[in-house]
Amino acid sequence: MAQATSPIPETALPSAGLTANPAGLSRPGALAFITPGLILIVVFLAVPAAWTLYLGVTNYALFGPQASHPSFVGLANYAQALHDPLFLSAVVVTVAYVFGSAVVGQMVLGFALAWKLRQAPAWMRQPIETLVLFAWIIPAAVVGFLWATFYGPPPQTGTLNTVLHTQVNWLYQFPIPALIVFNIWRGTAFSMLLSGAALNTLPPSYLETARLAGASGWQQLRDVVFPSIRGTLLTNLLLITLWTFNDFTPFNLTGGAIPGATTLPIYIYHEAFEFSLFGLGSAMSTIMLLINLIIALGYLWVLRRTAR
Amino acid sequence: MAQVRIEDLTVQFSGGTRALDRLDLAIEDGEFFALLGPSGCGKTTLLRTIAGLVLPSAGRVVIGDRDVTRLPPGDRNVAMVFQDYALYPHMTVAENIAYPLKVRRVERSRRQEMALSVGASLGLGELMERRPAQLSGGQQQRVALARAIATRPDVFLLDEPLSNLDARLRLEARTFLKRLQGELGITTVYVTHDQAEALAMAHRMAVMDRGVVRQVGTPVEVFQYPANLFVAQFTGSTPMNLLPARVDKGALTVGGRRLPFPSGSYRLREGDRVTVGVRPEYMDLSTVERHDGLPGRVAVVESLGVTSLVTLEGEGISFQVVVPENRAPRAGERGWAVADPARTLLYDDRGELIRAF
Amino acid sequence: MSTRDLARLDAGPRRAHRLVNRVLTYLFLVLVAVFFVVPVLWLLTAPFNRAPSFTVSLSQPTLQNFPDLFKNPYSASSLLNSAIYSLGSVVLVGGCAGFAAYALSRVEVPGRNLILIVLLLLSSVVTGSAAIVPLYFIAFNLHLIDTVPGVILLMSGGLLPAAIFILKDFMDGVPGSYEESARVFGANPLQILRDVVAPVVRPGLAVIAVWIFVNAWGNFLIPFVILRNPALDPASVQIFSFQTSGGQAVLRTAAAFALLYTLPAVVLYLVVQRRYGFRFYGGIKA
Repeated sequence: MAQATSPIPETALPSAGLTANPAGLSRPGALAFITPGLILIVVFLAVPAAWTLYLGVTNYALFGPQASHPSFVGLANYAQALHDPLFLSAVVVTVAYVFGSAVVGQMVLGFALAWKLRQAPAWMRQPIETLVLFAWIIPAAVVGFLWATFYGPPPQTGTLNTVLHTQVNWLYQFPIPALIVFNIWRGTAFSMLLSGAALNTLPPSYLETARLAGASGWQQLRDVVFPSIRGTLLTNLLLITLWTFNDFTPFNLTGGAIPGATTLPIYIYHEAFEFSLFGLGSAMSTIMLLINLIIALGYLWVLRRTAR
Repeated sequence: MAQVRIEDLTVQFSGGTRALDRLDLAIEDGEFFALLGPSGCGKTTLLRTIAGLVLPSAGRVVIGDRDVTRLPPGDRNVAMVFQDYALYPHMTVAENIAYPLKVRRVERSRRQEMALSVGASLGLGELMERRPAQLSGGQQQRVALARAIATRPDVFLLDEPLSNLDARLRLEARTFLKRLQGELGITTVYVTHDQAEALAMAHRMAVMDRGVVRQVGTPVEVFQYPANLFVAQFTGSTPMNLLPARVDKGALTVGGRRLPFPSGSYRLREGDRVTVGVRPEYMDLSTVERHDGLPGRVAVVESLGVTSLVTLEGEGISFQVVVPENRAPRAGERGWAVADPARTLLYDDRGELIRAF
Repeated sequence: MSTRDLARLDAGPRRAHRLVNRVLTYLFLVLVAVFFVVPVLWLLTAPFNRAPSFTVSLSQPTLQNFPDLFKNPYSASSLLNSAIYSLGSVVLVGGCAGFAAYALSRVEVPGRNLILIVLLLLSSVVTGSAAIVPLYFIAFNLHLIDTVPGVILLMSGGLLPAAIFILKDFMDGVPGSYEESARVFGANPLQILRDVVAPVVRPGLAVIAVWIFVNAWGNFLIPFVILRNPALDPASVQIFSFQTSGGQAVLRTAAAFALLYTLPAVVLYLVVQRRYGFRFYGGIKA
């Protein structure tokens, strides 16, 4: 340790911490870099989020006496939400929507595309990538518009019914599958990009070794690819799960008027804006946040477990 | 130009591992000094501590007459060439060379002029507008050197600059670098794990192991008189023969055979256990029995081109001899390995060289 | 049967197998392409049809829908406003996220990943509808109602965490020796970020810029809530008023507007894709 004769007291120096920090960024320096973003996050993210949590335990409403003097109602909003069959059905719809479109749909299709496009010739790869990306780039309002016309119910027969020669009101008769197909279309690009990036980090020798050993395509995926890019796939899963959970775009298709297609964000919007029950809406948002939190913690747990 | 002094330097990482342990070293002005050792020995940490990229837990770094221990890297007037060269991919060769001057607020026209002249002197004149990705490994290495030279540093710090080159290019670059250092006369600290590189290039070298210096000396000293078994094993292109022996009535018993003492006189007592060290290059192979030779059967013959490396199995020991290619024996033959007494070394039971007097 | 015959017998099915595999792969890719292209076709036909229906058709081709569209004074202004809000967000969020991501990438902060994930969680709450009331109050107290900066600032909270998260991955991929060599030359952290790291992660910055732009460009809720002056409305709000009025006459202009509203985002993407390649660095890992 430090000698008595040493001109530097040991405590005055970070013990070789600079190896981990090639930028030579001191802690105050790092803080200065983070501060602008941090201020924005505190004012426009943390405060409104905390405020939402607070509203959840009040009877706040947009109009009437509760607008100026909301009172504390404890967990009454939560009790009301959990006894509301429509809320519970919205939870079920949302879980089905998230599971079907994000976890299964976007994830599987996104990875499959990234995997298959690696082997495809460039003239095929680039246009397909661009098409998939377009679906992600087009503004939500336009996307809602496009899919409302695509599913167009009779009498305004949409493209799907025209092609199939049917007269089906897809969004009413098959609300959840219709939304799932829509959201797979909308969001696969992100999973494709992320999977593609992860696959690019894979040393070619890994796959060559497996191929020389006679592994089939599926065996290569299971034994070499998935274990190597697990971290990225999990991160992708987390991001698309959270995004889909809170996705408001289905509103653009349904106008929020189809019961079987009412996801949580749409239902909360109803309660908060149409019935002006902000306390209740906030409580429901908090429940949604808790579900998201559990998903995120589960993700962290799996990540930590597989990292060993 | 400056001397570099390392005094009682300790670097301890946050995990508790001690990369450098109370290290002292003095590098002379204008000297080409190599830090040699296996990976993890602390040589790169020492270089980075001189650069200021790692802060020591205790001790001092003095460059010239300035104590730089607490100065940030940019204020030390040193230049460093990294193993991967760290050339900026978005800048041309000229911009790369001029970038340190830009940081030092040298005026634009002046720094372009300096970059061009340094680049030209290293044979990069035609390449100044290219980007690093368009250069070969050897060219990239020269750009990295030019960028370091352009800052006119007091000290050059080179971190394995040749290790990314292929074998032939490495030899050319070695010669080039040694000549360049001689012409510039800038104090140079050179980190390498390749003992041949250190021997070929350095004026003096330090052999490091687990955070301490095991020997400092000229290449000739280190090669001919390794101060301990670690240095003995680490230097030389073929490993030194190290054979357990015992002092017995004015001679050495090795592998059941009595051999004469090496030249010089030693303070040893009867029955002392020692290790006899002799490089394969300093041994001769006889096909007829010699009383001063170690007998053995030829197990392997490896051609080294001009010479051959012969491995012999003796009584409970094996040893290697380098012979001229025209005298290479065949596997299975018997032979007697005779050590050059002037080049035979003795190590005590702690592995330290026993010096003759 | 000789071994050679056996080998030939074996090679036949294997080659056939490979052929089937290839055909299936192409079939899959073609089906995917069809799936992704069909819903967009309406956007390419309806704006040019005198009497568009919900089906893809060009029965009565015309360009008249576009001049008709600009008879509404807010058509042009809303597109301009969208550009201002989106570019403002790119600068503000991209800048703040860049600095923060760099610091987080280089300085060890205990629980860094957990903090980022919690922020991601909160950001999805804040972009939801329930937080609109608090956001409205914050905008009100900071005098941001009906202002351009108000729209940009209120959107930033929802965009920053993901932008930091994704940018940090690009920053993590920059070799430490780049920065170390710059430090030995005497560059300070700001110079290193500006001269070395930012240019090296340019593809990442481009991806994030597109991502921020597209999100801000499509954001409906925040401008809808804090803007009262229709002259400040962005296209996302304007298209809503086209859609809600309904009727065949409006469908023409709505379709034309939808196309104009989509084009800038698509063009931006294509430009970035061409110049930098639109991809993530190494697959983001927490």
